[in-house]
Amino acid sequence: MTPFRYDRAGDVAEAVRMGNAPGAAYLGGGTNLVDLLRETVARPERLVDVSALSGAISETDDGGLLIGAGVRNTALAAHPVVRERYPVLARAILAGASAQIRNMATVGGNLMQRTRCTYFYDTDGSRCNKREPGSGCDARGGFTRIHAVLGASEACVATHPSDMCVALAALDAVVHVERQGATRTVAFGDFHRLPGERPDLDTVLEPGELITAVELPALSVAARSTYRKVRDRASYAFALISVAAALEMEGEQVADIRVAFGGVAHKPWRATQVEGALRGAALTDEAIGAAAALEFADAQLLRDNAFKPALATRTLIAVLNALKTGETA
Amino acid sequence: MSIVVNGLAVDPPGDPRVSLLDHLRETLHLTGTKKGCNQGACGACTVLVDGERILSCLALAVQYDGRDITTIEGLAEGDALHPLQAAFIEHDGFQCGYCTPGQICSAIGMAAEAKRGVPSHVSADLGGAVTLTRAEVQERMSGNLCRCGAHNGIIDAILETVA
Repeated sequence: MTPFRYDRAGDVAEAVRMGNAPGAAYLGGGTNLVDLLRETVARPERLVDVSALSGAISETDDGGLLIGAGVRNTALAAHPVVRERYPVLARAILAGASAQIRNMATVGGNLMQRTRCTYFYDTDGSRCNKREPGSGCDARGGFTRIHAVLGASEACVATHPSDMCVALAALDAVVHVERQGATRTVAFGDFHRLPGERPDLDTVLEPGELITAVELPALSVAARSTYRKVRDRASYAFALISVAAALEMEGEQVADIRVAFGGVAHKPWRATQVEGALRGAALTDEAIGAAAALEFADAQLLRDNAFKPALATRTLIAVLNALKTGETA
Repeated sequence: MSIVVNGLAVDPPGDPRVSLLDHLRETLHLTGTKKGCNQGACGACTVLVDGERILSCLALAVQYDGRDITTIEGLAEGDALHPLQAAFIEHDGFQCGYCTPGQICSAIGMAAEAKRGVPSHVSADLGGAVTLTRAEVQERMSGNLCRCGAHNGIIDAILETVA
């Protein structure tokens, strides 16, 4: 690790004042950042510890939920309201990492975690436009089993590693952000970026901005929702493909639906084309397959990830059928 | 402020780059906690912070100023082993022993989570009380790898002691 100064912020106002300094970075649970520091991928001059701030979950006046950025992943997954009204979020969190890591990791940190592309971490041997802008991308032409099929660019084919964020994308969450003298909210779908020419920028946050909370709207469709993750081993592995889905049926027809995919893109992928095609339609395997085909029509396949559209489609069919029949586990 | 380790107050490191794991092993010479991968992938460094299991390799020690740490050295009462330590011996829950301190600290934290009703990836019902079946323990302990392959004995010891 390169040397840095460490400060523990006493409140949000102090945190954003400290975080305004050049070279400053915010520290949550550390489960990704400490690793990035050790690998010298991250080289901040100052760490502002915000892990003890914003640790509450409260119900909002309109029936939603306001989740403090410092809430630990375990606490969020175990919260009674999340388990009852937003099961997809509890299931997504529980599918991620290990129990030890979920006990450490914060909600804000989960949004800010960086890709698990091995070339991004390989500081000694690989070029990476996300790590060193303009240096090139050794993932292209390399081992690409975990890489993106949608929304990638010539500069970067990395995927976003979070499970929790896939659920938040499906749930129309809103991110609350603060910096010195200003607050704003960002729709979850706009929070993470596609790589384009600037894969070094994962999110739309400006320097010094701090996530203070994630808000879930009241969403009746979310009561019947779940998350399914397909990975190379049964537990404690990143997703090859994941599906977050919520479904409300009216007889044989889809009354309302939310779908997001993980493991396919530089950001959690809200499947608006799947939703558009299935809303009001009869929920058959053929209809789901056709809807998924629309979503993946522009997929750009690499050497090792050509299985992803088909795997995502099969997973989506399984998940929506399970939600339809009430088998959500 | 100070970090309390197994009931004893110690100073946090002067250099904020020191991990909790290195602080325990190199400064306090509590070498029971093991360094496996040093990147959050194996669970060998698991310790309890205020009763919750965490990975000490991904923890900066300064972040834990004011917190209460329990390591494997803090579990036995004198010569009387913690029941889980005794069960690991009884069930051959190890071969080389390198993952064992992390496994045992993790299992203690796991039992507390189950008691609080924290669900897992394999829980069919998100809302109900937790029954620690074999499948539940396997999932909840998936963050602790044993390269000797003693997992069956480890799960047996845990099921007998805390389930």
